[in-house]
Amino acid sequence: MKLNLKIWRQKDAKSQGQIVDYPIKGIEGDMSFLEMMDVLNEELINKGDEPVQFDHDCREGICGSCSLQINGEPHGPDRLVTTCQLHMRKFNDGDTIVIEPFRATAFPVITDLIVDRSSFDRIQQAGGYISVNTSGNTVDANAIPINKHDADEAMDAATCIGCGACVAACKNASAMLFTSAKVSQFALLPQGQVEAVDRVQNMVRQMDLEGFGNCTNTGACEVECPKGISLENIARLNREYLSATTKG
Amino acid sequence: MDSKVPKGPLAAKWTQHKNDINLVNPANKRNIDIIVVGTGLAGGSAAATLAELGYNVKTFCYQDSPRRAHSIAAQGGINAAKNYQGDGDSAYRLFYDTIKGGDYRSREANVYRLAEESANIIDQCVAQGVPFAREYGGLLDNRSFGGVLVSRTFYAKGQTGQQLLLGAYSAMNRQINRGKIQSFNRHEMMDMVLVDGKARGIIARDLVSGKIERHSAHAVVLATGGYGNVFFLSTNAMGSNVMAAWRAHRRGAFFANPCFTQIHPTCIPVSGDHQSKLTLMSESLRNDGRIWVPKRMDDAIAIREGKLKPIQLKEEDRDYYLERRYPAFGNLVPRDVASRAAKERCDAGFGVNKTGEAVYLDFASAIQRYGAEEALTHGIKNPDEKEITRLGKGVIEAKYGNLFQMYEKIVDENPYETPMMIYPAVHYTMGGLWVDYNLQTTIEGCYCAGEANFSDHGANRLGASALMQGLADGYFVLPYTIGDYLSKDIRTGAIPTDLPEFDDAEKTVQDRLDKLMAGSGQNSVDFYHKKLGKIMWDKCGMARNAKDLQDAIDEISALRTDFWANVKIPGKADGMNQELEKAGRVADFLELGELFAKDALTRNESCGGHFREEYQTPEGEALRDDENFKFVSAWEYKGEPKDAVLHKEELKYENIELKTRSYK
Amino acid sequence: MIKSSIARKVVMALSGLFLVFFLGQHFVINITSVIAPDTFNEWSHFMGYNVLVQYLLQPVLIAGVIVHFAMGIVLELKNNKARAVKYKQYNGGANASWMSRNMIITGLVVLAFLGLHMYDFWIQEISYKYIAMNPEDPTRYLEETVHKFEPFWRTIIYVISFVLLALHLWHGFASSFQTVGVNNKYSAGIQTFTKIYSIAIPLGFIFIALYHHFNPLTH
Repeated sequence: MKLNLKIWRQKDAKSQGQIVDYPIKGIEGDMSFLEMMDVLNEELINKGDEPVQFDHDCREGICGSCSLQINGEPHGPDRLVTTCQLHMRKFNDGDTIVIEPFRATAFPVITDLIVDRSSFDRIQQAGGYISVNTSGNTVDANAIPINKHDADEAMDAATCIGCGACVAACKNASAMLFTSAKVSQFALLPQGQVEAVDRVQNMVRQMDLEGFGNCTNTGACEVECPKGISLENIARLNREYLSATTKG
Repeated sequence: MDSKVPKGPLAAKWTQHKNDINLVNPANKRNIDIIVVGTGLAGGSAAATLAELGYNVKTFCYQDSPRRAHSIAAQGGINAAKNYQGDGDSAYRLFYDTIKGGDYRSREANVYRLAEESANIIDQCVAQGVPFAREYGGLLDNRSFGGVLVSRTFYAKGQTGQQLLLGAYSAMNRQINRGKIQSFNRHEMMDMVLVDGKARGIIARDLVSGKIERHSAHAVVLATGGYGNVFFLSTNAMGSNVMAAWRAHRRGAFFANPCFTQIHPTCIPVSGDHQSKLTLMSESLRNDGRIWVPKRMDDAIAIREGKLKPIQLKEEDRDYYLERRYPAFGNLVPRDVASRAAKERCDAGFGVNKTGEAVYLDFASAIQRYGAEEALTHGIKNPDEKEITRLGKGVIEAKYGNLFQMYEKIVDENPYETPMMIYPAVHYTMGGLWVDYNLQTTIEGCYCAGEANFSDHGANRLGASALMQGLADGYFVLPYTIGDYLSKDIRTGAIPTDLPEFDDAEKTVQDRLDKLMAGSGQNSVDFYHKKLGKIMWDKCGMARNAKDLQDAIDEISALRTDFWANVKIPGKADGMNQELEKAGRVADFLELGELFAKDALTRNESCGGHFREEYQTPEGEALRDDENFKFVSAWEYKGEPKDAVLHKEELKYENIELKTRSYK
Repeated sequence: MIKSSIARKVVMALSGLFLVFFLGQHFVINITSVIAPDTFNEWSHFMGYNVLVQYLLQPVLIAGVIVHFAMGIVLELKNNKARAVKYKQYNGGANASWMSRNMIITGLVVLAFLGLHMYDFWIQEISYKYIAMNPEDPTRYLEETVHKFEPFWRTIIYVISFVLLALHLWHGFASSFQTVGVNNKYSAGIQTFTKIYSIAIPLGFIFIALYHHFNPLTH
């Protein structure tokens, strides 16, 4: 198929960027979106142009590196996939595809389609952990039984890959789904209780400091999340935060 | 080669060793810096633990966050000899299975230590909040993997690697928050700096600004993963590379068993020339899927041409070749055996997708079996076939739903209705930097952990063992053994970065980058990487022979010369340049590939993942040669890879009797 | 004052819920103007002269409106800043409803309407009672109300405003529960209730406005 790509090009963080048109031919439905980008880049390199730079690594939907806004949606029109698993059969011959970086003040553009998501790391560093030293003599793994339902729910929250699609989709560029997923994972497990009060307050404080917007419950994040992280986690985060606030 | 394995009975070696080695007191740890390159399971867990102990740690990863290291993609699970299922498991059995699975090419003492520490890993991870799968009673669930007779695999859906990595990452975050870890993301190690023969730092490139940086430390830990991407197509991440390990190799670290590569039997087949990487389907699928190809050639041809659908083929026209050849283990034979069997059928012309390189993994009979069970347990009398199929699909979905969904997204076929197509793909490299019992390489002060070292899996790795090894090394082995070395460094003080050794190393890096940028501009980096991959897959892949290997050595050598003269890298070196990053990695693969072929050519036997066509039984099974090849090949760098010098570490088996591996 | 994003959101939700409750109460009184005019006069008089209502509930209500409005603006500005560089193409409709994405628009329209509404009734009431110092007249309310709906333009403005109020409530009411952390097995029921409420109450107000417009007082 033939496509008309409109891609955001930006030399570096300080430069002004712009949308540039790239017509492309010979794309097959079996290609992943990123393989289509590979074809384009190979063409650009052979022509002596600079290839389009974009983040990608595992290409199997789990590392969370890829981060493209495709036709106005993070990871494109398909649901429950990352860009690397989006396949070209979702597009039609002759389509125009607009490709931009994830946009948020807390995700500044580094170059082209690559953004800096270290704000996510800093939210985790503020409290996304359980303080346990490595010793080889912590309690036996089966010493504390955990209700299967809670364990499964914790797992569902823990599947977040930190790609930032929630922020990219949100009209407010809010990071609540991301933050709530980590808070929820620990809130649902007995191991997480000890530090629960500090954790939620510190993580929310960091989230606000990074300049993310506020959640207005539009639900866009849940729809676009490649891992299907549920809005219930945001409600849980709100509960955890309110209860932590009353505890000081 | 001195492996420094402690004396004493096997089961007491590690405990005794821990009691004997020197410790660094807490006040002195504050004055000692350690560099950890790579932040996957091994690197992340090592960095977190070293920082907990009080050392100053600097971590480096090429990804934008430590959480994205490729350990994250491991699906199936992690082994541990917990014996929670009461099926007779023990540290000894895990040790035995691992040695046997590795076809008797790994070091006994290391593997026993791994089996001993495996149980601690599970305790540690649960304490960190890793949400392993549980049973209704609230206790941990287990499943079974290939090549073993017990259920010892712990898992978190099909995302075990992700959860364990996020556990290690969270432990790292705690230390970053305390200021004990400085994490350098989007940084790539370009060279290692040796001062007085000891590893004292690295030269790294900031991938955003392109700046070359010097970082010093008292010890350097490499946990940079495997080199499967030498094949271009593999299940590794696009960025996975051998650069750090290879730079260390060039500085004096011996490279062990480079030809020991695991080709995983259940991956989604290649769909065309555009293919950039391969996707694994968890080995756990072989618990329920039956592998087959058509019995008759004309059926295979009709299927390839799209004239016949697999579900139209009658039971008696199908060849369940694993069940036929290996009745005892059937579809659950180890990975190397399953992969070779698939290749054998496809080479014989029975492959089923348009490229002829795919076999079926069929869940139809599992759906019927589970459906009938469900009907029975739910008290449904006389269920019709439709009802049974519906119930059976429900069970399969609960077990493998996410994998089936992934398959459907990629292949655009519904695996509940038609059999999956799979084909082997490069997945894991057992070879790596040679390390002694303390995980120290042949460079003093340079340690190596996880997939990057060679130590525990011999010639073939069993499923769910990679996560175990990475975390055992990082959480429980390296943090102690490195202390023994560092105890001599308590009075050294900070290592200055203005030493002539740093100047030299930085200049080497700069010259190399300049040389890459100066290529004549004929072909892209991928052009060379794909060519290298094809040579590797065709001549150093699932089956190898002396002639092909010799050809491979010559071809890779020629390709390398061409690469340096004609590679084209657009843009500049003083900013983000992904083509330049790739070029540096491919340049090292072009050296490693040659050593790989040389190693395979030297090893005149078949064992594990290394199958030499000249050395097989009349039935086509691997023929090991314990008399002449019961050793680890450790290669010393001498300029060109073909000039590398072989050092042998003889393997001693004092607790296990060497047998022919049989899964019949 | 209230710095954290979640606390601000909770203020928004609680003030919103309070206003939703007030709206229901307002509707109950108003509907009597159609079905029981005497009751309408009676209740209106009570609301207008009861000390508790006048000096406690009324200020609280005004504060509620101001807080909800002011916080809404603060959050909107902050949210705008969170994406300083906008997308060239943003397909918001693909993943979220129009209502949820345009609360600021529906909110501002409702606020403007509130201005008119306050001018129509509250200011006149205040000047009647506290400036002109007129004596109490428990029978005047129905007549004043019906009078207001005589002009066609005012009725139309009221109708349009209530449509936008419905859109505002459609997202806002249900959303408040999520913000205060209610998301459990009762959520589906709560959702249904809020959606019905969001349509029914504004529709009721529209009915009252139209009823009075088409049934003017004859004397």
